[in-house]
Amino acid sequence: MSKMRYSRRSILKGGVAAAAASAFPAPMIWAQEIKDVTLRQFGTGVSNLNEVAQKVKEDLGFTLEMTALDSDAVTQRAATQPDSFDIADIEYWICKKVWPTGNLQAMDTSKIKNYDKIVGIFRDGKLTPESVIAQGTAPHSVGFTSGPGGTDFVAEESGWMTLIPTIYNADTLGIRPDLIKRPIESWAELLNPEFKGKASILDISSIGIMDMAMVCEAMGEIAYADKGNMTKEEIDKTIAIFTEAKKAGQFRAFWKTFDESVNLMASGEVVIQSMWSPAITAVKSQGIPCVYQPLKEGYRSWGGGIGLSKGLSGIALDAAYEYINWYLSGWVGGFLMRQGYYSAVPETSKEFMSADEWGYWFEGKPATGDITNPFGDKLAGAGDARDGGSFYDRMGKVACWNAVMDENQYMVRKWNEFIAA
Amino acid sequence: MQRLLSSRHVTGWLLALPLALVLVLFLILPIILIVVVSFWTATEFSIVPAFSFENYEFLFGSAVTFSVFLNTFKYALVTWVFTLGIGFTVAYFLAFHVRSQNWQTALFLLCTIPFWTSNIIRMISWIPFLGRNGIANSTLLSWGVIDEPLEWLLFSDFSVVLAFVHLYTLFMVVPIFNTMMRIDRSLIEAARDAGASGGQILWNIILPLTKPGIMIGTIFVVTLVMGDFITVRFMSGSQSANVGRLISNDIGLLQYPSASATAVVLLATVLIMIAVMMRFVDIRKEL
Repeated sequence: MSKMRYSRRSILKGGVAAAAASAFPAPMIWAQEIKDVTLRQFGTGVSNLNEVAQKVKEDLGFTLEMTALDSDAVTQRAATQPDSFDIADIEYWICKKVWPTGNLQAMDTSKIKNYDKIVGIFRDGKLTPESVIAQGTAPHSVGFTSGPGGTDFVAEESGWMTLIPTIYNADTLGIRPDLIKRPIESWAELLNPEFKGKASILDISSIGIMDMAMVCEAMGEIAYADKGNMTKEEIDKTIAIFTEAKKAGQFRAFWKTFDESVNLMASGEVVIQSMWSPAITAVKSQGIPCVYQPLKEGYRSWGGGIGLSKGLSGIALDAAYEYINWYLSGWVGGFLMRQGYYSAVPETSKEFMSADEWGYWFEGKPATGDITNPFGDKLAGAGDARDGGSFYDRMGKVACWNAVMDENQYMVRKWNEFIAA
Repeated sequence: MQRLLSSRHVTGWLLALPLALVLVLFLILPIILIVVVSFWTATEFSIVPAFSFENYEFLFGSAVTFSVFLNTFKYALVTWVFTLGIGFTVAYFLAFHVRSQNWQTALFLLCTIPFWTSNIIRMISWIPFLGRNGIANSTLLSWGVIDEPLEWLLFSDFSVVLAFVHLYTLFMVVPIFNTMMRIDRSLIEAARDAGASGGQILWNIILPLTKPGIMIGTIFVVTLVMGDFITVRFMSGSQSANVGRLISNDIGLLQYPSASATAVVLLATVLIMIAVMMRFVDIRKEL
């Protein structure tokens, strides 16, 4: 916004600011300075959306620069180049790797206005008081630290958060119901010979291994102590089962990027595969039936959050808190929820969604009219209901969280062998 | 100073300096760096300077490495055979069958038209064509040639080699065409006068004289295929691996030292192959 534009609003704003300045000189200086602040945010493409940066400029006045990277690059940058960013938009399993390096600073929850409304998953780990905490890197287990400057994780809500949760979802297998023509109920179906040459799995080791584990466990081949932290033997066995399937021609292809997964599914090359929620909606918006199939073993879930660089201080830090409070205040949540993700503070997002949208995305009710994504593409019509049902149905059935294992490096090498096999 | 500058040797060195600088900065230094890093060790997110053979030990100790190198050679060899066959035929047609120089130029430019679009786009456009419900399969089905879609058309070694041949044949055509155009036509006339058949002329005159072109084309194709990773990834649906993919996977997982070690071994392999080829044909002399 370099051009000067005199709208009624800007003159009004200016007038108010001038009045405020004469009454309270200090806030005026602050208001001017915060406009000069530029916060550099980087993260995975999921929530690094230009629309968010534009809205920040409109609502808060400062500039947010976004850089989207893949999760490996994000991890590396957060761990090795703390000066290259102000805000890190990372996943909780990445936080487990990065937090101990001390490159991020703890956040004071008393400065977070909507802290009390944040979903239980990110606080005590429980969605509802009866919930059982799933395996893997559950967000609450790496969500708190002992105090400012802490590089450890603590189990209780200490008042110092590592990441402010922003976006999360429950992942499962995507299927083409029109080509499969029968109900799919278990993760084990991925390796069912019936789908020989028509299955796919994602080629991102940290997530792919979890999908594999869900399948092996569902087949009854391996009983894991913790799918999110396998032993070497468990990794060997898991990879062996999938290598055998690969050699037998079970897989049509592996995918690494979002678009690849959409194309594989839309073209009918693949009828069952690991998939992400927006990919399903992308296939559907082409008019091709695609279901994000709820499975009896439960979901593989993931969560992301924003962390502050240790280098942030003064006015930039104030701006960052401002940004976080704004993030949780609903607009972003509504924007993300209309793409099929969940917001950390769903009740604030409700105000930014229509009753029908809220019913469809959050409550799992059949839509009463057309459901569109934030970009205006139609995703569902009247009478359609979300795959898997309501928020509590979906997030209540999480079997495992995305995780980083103690044997990560070993797993990565094994994964490489699987791809090359 | 004046005398210094007018010296033949000094001006020669000065003239060579810019290119030498560019090569040292952008070719020699990076390669040295890669070799150095290949001896370092890495943890999950840091690279530790060291002098360790760990990366090479792992590389040569893994059965996967050998199968991947074998696969890379296989792709290079098969692609070479096809690009040479097609490239030689096209060049021969252009050089000896098309009489008018204007037509030659026009047809030659026609060959380069696909190169106006990006490599990746030309490669990816095969995917909808070869897919299970793609144009190739639906055409064959409607003609009644096949009853079921051919699965091996896409995401197989076939599709990888097809893409390679499509992408790299021109690198064979250009140098072969170039050397064919330099062949003195009176040699062919003399051969014909002496009673040689068409086949004999091709085998005894044209082929030996186009060897430098074939060799240059071979170097292009072999190095391009050996160093490729993106074609193999897309056309095999990530199901097959070559050395390039091994390196790119390592880089994706931040294992730079291990990636460097693989790169060094690949570089050495390619250099040895080129050295062997150079033994057969003295390109310098022929040019």
